[in-house]
Amino acid sequence: MLGGRTTLAAIAAAALVAAALPCARLSAGGHEWTDVEKGMLRSLWIESLGPVPAEPTNTYADDPAAASFGHSLFFDSRFSSNGEVSCATCHQPERRFTDGLPKAKGVGNAKRNSPAVVGAAYSPWMFWDGRRDSLWSQALGPLEDPNEHGTSRDQVVGLIARDPEYREAYQAVFGPLPELSGAAAVDRVFANVGKAIGAYERLLQPGPSRFDAYVEAVLNDDADTQARLFSADEIEGLRIFLNEGQCMQCHNGPLLTNNEFHNTGVISAPGDVPDKGRAVGVRQVLETPFNCLGPYSDAERDDCVELEFVATGPHLVGAMRTPSLRNLERTAPYMHQGQLATLADVLRHYNEAPPAMIGHSELEPLGLDRRELAQLEVFLETLSAPVAADPKWLAPPGTMQGGE
Amino acid sequence: MARTSITPVSRLAIICFALSVSVNVAADEPVDSDKGYYAVYYTSDVDPIEINRIHAWTLHVETVNGIPVEDAEISVDGGMPAHNHGLPTQPRVTENLGDGDYRVEGLRFHMGGAWQVTFTIESGGEADTVTFDLAL
Repeated sequence: MLGGRTTLAAIAAAALVAAALPCARLSAGGHEWTDVEKGMLRSLWIESLGPVPAEPTNTYADDPAAASFGHSLFFDSRFSSNGEVSCATCHQPERRFTDGLPKAKGVGNAKRNSPAVVGAAYSPWMFWDGRRDSLWSQALGPLEDPNEHGTSRDQVVGLIARDPEYREAYQAVFGPLPELSGAAAVDRVFANVGKAIGAYERLLQPGPSRFDAYVEAVLNDDADTQARLFSADEIEGLRIFLNEGQCMQCHNGPLLTNNEFHNTGVISAPGDVPDKGRAVGVRQVLETPFNCLGPYSDAERDDCVELEFVATGPHLVGAMRTPSLRNLERTAPYMHQGQLATLADVLRHYNEAPPAMIGHSELEPLGLDRRELAQLEVFLETLSAPVAADPKWLAPPGTMQGGE
Repeated sequence: MARTSITPVSRLAIICFALSVSVNVAADEPVDSDKGYYAVYYTSDVDPIEINRIHAWTLHVETVNGIPVEDAEISVDGGMPAHNHGLPTQPRVTENLGDGDYRVEGLRFHMGGAWQVTFTIESGGEADTVTFDLAL
């Protein structure tokens, strides 16, 4: 009897295993994510991204007339010393608002890579070094950079006053154009030009990617959809991203960036001295009259907490702002001077964690093998998606059929 | 901003409220400072605490005998010990709210994981530190 019971038990156990096997295969197709991993996936999901944050420094941030005016300014190459450079020269809509170059080329050669504009409205800091703290104040920088637009605030404001359409558009949003006799009046109009461009840029937001559809399927326990959306390598790449890749230390939240500053030991481009990054940027953002606390900001002091409590110190030497990982495949080359040409180069850099030329790198070697790096790479490509904006905003004004 | 009363009943209410939402929102009971001079707890304006969001805390400081410390000089430090880095901001006490309560503004945490926030508290020549652990 005892033996019989044992046999029965064995048969029952075998039946259980047999019954479980197809389930195990099914869940392998869909992959069994732990609850902790599901929480991480939800945190990265685009549906977890709240509405575009309020912009108290810019009263006109959500004014459609300001955005339309800003759209025209963004694509107008008259705002440059040679008449050939607009914002869209380096921030090209078809490249997710980057330019495909290691370092930006305006009227001269700029010293850094053109960052993406899409989703930038969520960041408290602009530029690689965070030297501005709003979209509108960012927009003013390249206009006067001798290597970018190479123009001046007097010339910018002069064109607004001279061009009948711009003059009308300006006055419809900001009220009567003042007498441009003093520096304060010029600066005020110049700041408003930035505010119009900022209002336009707020409309450029990332759309849902294949990754986001996959996360939705995971959260819905929809194994069939998961298997249809992601290959085994993409799933494994995502698992590495969440775990031993340690990517989420900086690439976290629905935009896959913490918008903070980190020294990751990326060597400077050949012939260039190492870039001090945030250590200089933080001084500049505190000094510019176009910051949150300055006379051209519409914010109250209480709105400027990021600036008021901003970190300074030697740990910021060589630190650069974490970029979003959405739309990576359209934004090569990578890093602040485009030093790394491909995603594979970037992943190799993080895996090896070389020491920094300046300051101290926060990285430690990851110890991933080539197959794991390749899996991470195919996963990162699932983060691509079209810009979630009316197509008319992605081309110069008046060029879309039935445009504005 | 309303003052936080230190009566046992209201403190219990704060603790229960905090516990019902997240273990990170407040120390579940006052934590003694390292040398045992003070008992300290905090409540967060953001509930539960999220990464990448700048926010404020209210810190309550009393003696171990339960008497509010109303004249404390307080400084803030912190970071992630496992990653050997500090806070991404420079938070500080911006207002003495009375009854042993102090407003601490400018806190932000930019990664998930284990964080520590340390307050150095000085009153009547008695300086001491207290550290809170957060799991974000």
